[in-house]
Amino acid sequence: MTITHALRALRALSMRELIKFWQQKGRMFSAMVRPGLWLLVFAAGFQNVFGVSIIPPYETYIEYQEYIAPGLLAMVLLFNGMQTSLAMVYDREMGVMRLLLTAPLPRWYLLLCKLLAGTVLSVIQAYAFLAMCYLAGINLPDTAWLAALPGLLLGGAMLGALGLLLSVTIRQLENFASTMNFVIFPMFFLSTALYPLWKLEESGADLIYQIARFNPFTHVVEFLRFSMYGQFNAGAFAVVSGCFLGFFALAVIGYNPQSVMVRRKGKA
Amino acid sequence: MNHPSDTHPQHQLQVCDLVKSYGKVPALKGIDLHVDAGEFVALLGPNGAGKSTLFQLLSGLFVADSGRIRIDGRDLRDDPIGALAKLGIVFQQSTLDLDLSVRRNLLFHCDMHGMQGSRARIDSALQAMGLADNTRSAARALSGGNRRKVELIRALLHEPAILLMDEATVGLDPASRSELVRDVRALCKEQRLAVLWATHLVEEVEQADRVYILDKGTMLAHGTPAEILTQTASDSLLDAFLQLTGQTRHSGEGAA
Repeated sequence: MTITHALRALRALSMRELIKFWQQKGRMFSAMVRPGLWLLVFAAGFQNVFGVSIIPPYETYIEYQEYIAPGLLAMVLLFNGMQTSLAMVYDREMGVMRLLLTAPLPRWYLLLCKLLAGTVLSVIQAYAFLAMCYLAGINLPDTAWLAALPGLLLGGAMLGALGLLLSVTIRQLENFASTMNFVIFPMFFLSTALYPLWKLEESGADLIYQIARFNPFTHVVEFLRFSMYGQFNAGAFAVVSGCFLGFFALAVIGYNPQSVMVRRKGKA
Repeated sequence: MNHPSDTHPQHQLQVCDLVKSYGKVPALKGIDLHVDAGEFVALLGPNGAGKSTLFQLLSGLFVADSGRIRIDGRDLRDDPIGALAKLGIVFQQSTLDLDLSVRRNLLFHCDMHGMQGSRARIDSALQAMGLADNTRSAARALSGGNRRKVELIRALLHEPAILLMDEATVGLDPASRSELVRDVRALCKEQRLAVLWATHLVEEVEQADRVYILDKGTMLAHGTPAEILTQTASDSLLDAFLQLTGQTRHSGEGAA
């Protein structure tokens, strides 16, 4: 594989994702509506119910809307990561996957290109939502839009890799919705997207607290939260990076033609 | 142990003693075949014979339990990228991205093969196939026959050494079917392209240079159509096929 060949393949896969995203006009709209409702309706309603004390990275008391903004940005990444999974399953059903897998390129590189293209789309949608946060008057640092970039890229890549991994096991579009119910909602609700960990611990829900602590999505949210405030959360960075590498490696193994999973299913 | 014809310089495609099972169910039992430049070779078999499994192995989607596949002299196991670069495939199921235009589908393929100057080549190929007016059309808007033509163009853009056609006429009307067969045969003669054409329709391959007959994962016969008629003492390739696969004319209606 030459560098020129590798770049052309990356361009081809990225262009394809961007064109399809452009053609699906409702996709950006729905990507905004979902977290927008949480931000403007849910957060407004619970403004006085949830008190958030001063915890890092915050240096003073904050409004609840400000607290959940990073979690909702991560929600955009989560949904788009799952969209990567859906696109892979759709491509398999439509036969396009065969074309992709018979290209003269290493399979890990093909998957990496798909992942990068999906991450770019995630970041675009996250920035659109961030703009909505600023327009809605959420009190975020002026530099948060720039400082959030590392968190958005790493978080988007990790959740995209999870989507790739899930697409190995989801064989039909019909199974997609039910599978997602067991991924998206538990990941989102059992995390620090809506409430800080200490709230869960204090409430006595120890099992939920422990699950939320070890939920990779919690660490995406926290890495993003700290990034937006110009701080580096080393622990969250390590977990998110480790999960990214782990999910991606397992996806590459899953798509290997010698994989037990592929052999068992008998379908490429 | 090397197969005696392992290093045959002429074969564009060479398959030696290929074995594949799904769990305990054998799908291919020691398949040998080869295709040379300029040859139109048919792989004839009823449904479930193992044709699709063989094509999945040839295209690297699956890995054989044992045996070897060489494409233009490159071993698919040792040098999969080099081998796949010399392979053109038209799958049974359409692999066009229906949301993209014809040109975008073809550009995508060229980029995946790292090709330069692909736009001129695409335009020229579309012109030659009578599809110049469809360049900007969405693939979804094309008829079944034209979709197949676009897939054929795409499979040839990177100038492969061997073209695999996996039941490529499925779903086409008789006119489109015979047109596709005619186009591929012409390419075979004019460009000395090696073609392996898998089908269960005997009429498509009566003019093939050589025919392999596969059933239940076993190669039952191999030779020119005339040789197969002699081997089976049959009057037609259809009778030979039915005799070899143990089918009656009624049960083998699909083969006609």
